[in-house]
Amino acid sequence: MNAKLNTDGIDQMNREFPYLHESDVISVQRGPEPGGAGGVYRTFGATLKGLRTTFGRILEGPVTVQYPEEKMPVYPRFRGRHKLHRFDDGPEGVQGLEKCVGCSLCAAACPSDCIRVVAQENDPANRVSAGERYAEVYEINLSRCIFCGYCEVACPFDAITMGHDYEMSDYNRSDLIFTKEMLLAEPVDRTPLRRDDE
Amino acid sequence: MTVPVAEVGFAEASWIMVVKSLVIFLGVFLIVPVLTVVERKLIGRFQNRYGPNRVGPHGVMQPLADIVKLAGKEKFRPDAAVPLLFAIAPAIAIFSGIVTLAIIPFGDVKDGVGFYGIDVSIGVLYFFAFGSLSFYGLLLAGWSSGSKYSFLGAMRSAAQLISYEVSMGLSLIGVVMMAGSLSLPSIVEAQGDIWYIVPQFLGFLIFMVSGFAETNRAPFDLPEADAELVQGYMTEYGGMRFGSYLLAEYLEMFVVSSIAVTFFLGGWMGPGPGWLDPIWMVGKVLTVIFVFIWVRATLPRLRYDQLMSLGWKIMLPLATLNTLVTAILVTVL
Repeated sequence: MNAKLNTDGIDQMNREFPYLHESDVISVQRGPEPGGAGGVYRTFGATLKGLRTTFGRILEGPVTVQYPEEKMPVYPRFRGRHKLHRFDDGPEGVQGLEKCVGCSLCAAACPSDCIRVVAQENDPANRVSAGERYAEVYEINLSRCIFCGYCEVACPFDAITMGHDYEMSDYNRSDLIFTKEMLLAEPVDRTPLRRDDE
Repeated sequence: MTVPVAEVGFAEASWIMVVKSLVIFLGVFLIVPVLTVVERKLIGRFQNRYGPNRVGPHGVMQPLADIVKLAGKEKFRPDAAVPLLFAIAPAIAIFSGIVTLAIIPFGDVKDGVGFYGIDVSIGVLYFFAFGSLSFYGLLLAGWSSGSKYSFLGAMRSAAQLISYEVSMGLSLIGVVMMAGSLSLPSIVEAQGDIWYIVPQFLGFLIFMVSGFAETNRAPFDLPEADAELVQGYMTEYGGMRFGSYLLAEYLEMFVVSSIAVTFFLGGWMGPGPGWLDPIWMVGKVLTVIFVFIWVRATLPRLRYDQLMSLGWKIMLPLATLNTLVTAILVTVL
């Protein structure tokens, strides 16, 4: 077995660790011993190398994105603040109606329990949504939301989607409860979208 | 009838001395806040970021904001502290830095006015005397704070400063022997032919390394060690007292850089007319300070035992050897 590597050390290893395969035994390349005159010389060299490395960072220049002025573009599937949608096409009479029918599937899917839906029957003379019922109250508590996107997945009518806006900080917790009107409103386009080549 | 404290190589009328000291004092006090922002911006560049750039154009007003913030803070003193020592320790730290500025030459004698505070014949000793005095600022602060972190920081600085003081002194002796004078202006004038960094390169290296240690700068910032000792001897300080330690640190960096320039880099010497001398001097000092910042951005902090073995086992023998060889060569040649 040890025809090629017939050394005492490996023989001993085979006796002590018979389950180890020959190819498992590798030689470790250690660095030079620390200390001494050679150590001083190497330390000096390593210091110069380090100085060169840091100076290279100056030549590279900063990579900081100056956040409030510049923004990192987000990917198309970035999950930001939610949006509620209306029908913007379709047959006459449906256009402009809310897609949400108040089924509460999003609220059921929500892991952090931050969506509150109160459904109400549609008045046929004055419809709010295209379905039988509509959401009289639709609130998302953004201070609880974890932006997992399950509501978007659960919605059978694509009425709720995740937008790209991530700048939602506010001074009051109560201001972070977004009502239906706020979610339906066209969001301010604050976040650049990443282009294909970025 | 006035009796000079020390033998003085050159002195002017008293009013000129007063004006000079004011100019040097104010000049350096204007440089120190600039240094703080320059350091932060440079460290930023060394780490691929901008550093402070919000206060004023390119962040140049940052030191003003810092000072306003520090001055607005409460003067807090822990119960366990020793009140008098706690209060005077930062003053000692600043005092020793400012006093050392007096001997740094920014130019030659022109029209009967020397471009330095005073030309003392014991220049090097003066520097070391007041440099050693600055330890008391650290030690007293650490001891009188009544806090274990401060005390640990003070113990570290005691050991560190004592270890490196020796090799720092020995590294300058080579230059003193070559120049044949302890007076700083004479040492600069002796470098007319060749800057002492060339014949005394080893001495320059030892002086710089000891200088990093003396000013408690990285990689020898063990007394402060923000990560482990939460600023060491200044842990219990706040407000402008903390600010004065910051000021003292930069002042000391300026002083050590000026000494390095005076002893090894030809002081005020440089091409151009005579009135450029102070500009050459300050320019060289800023270059050395750039090296200080560069090293801070590069090297990690040493372990305590590494610090001690570097000081006693490497720097001290090298400095002694350097002194010995220089002494032999100066005698033979």
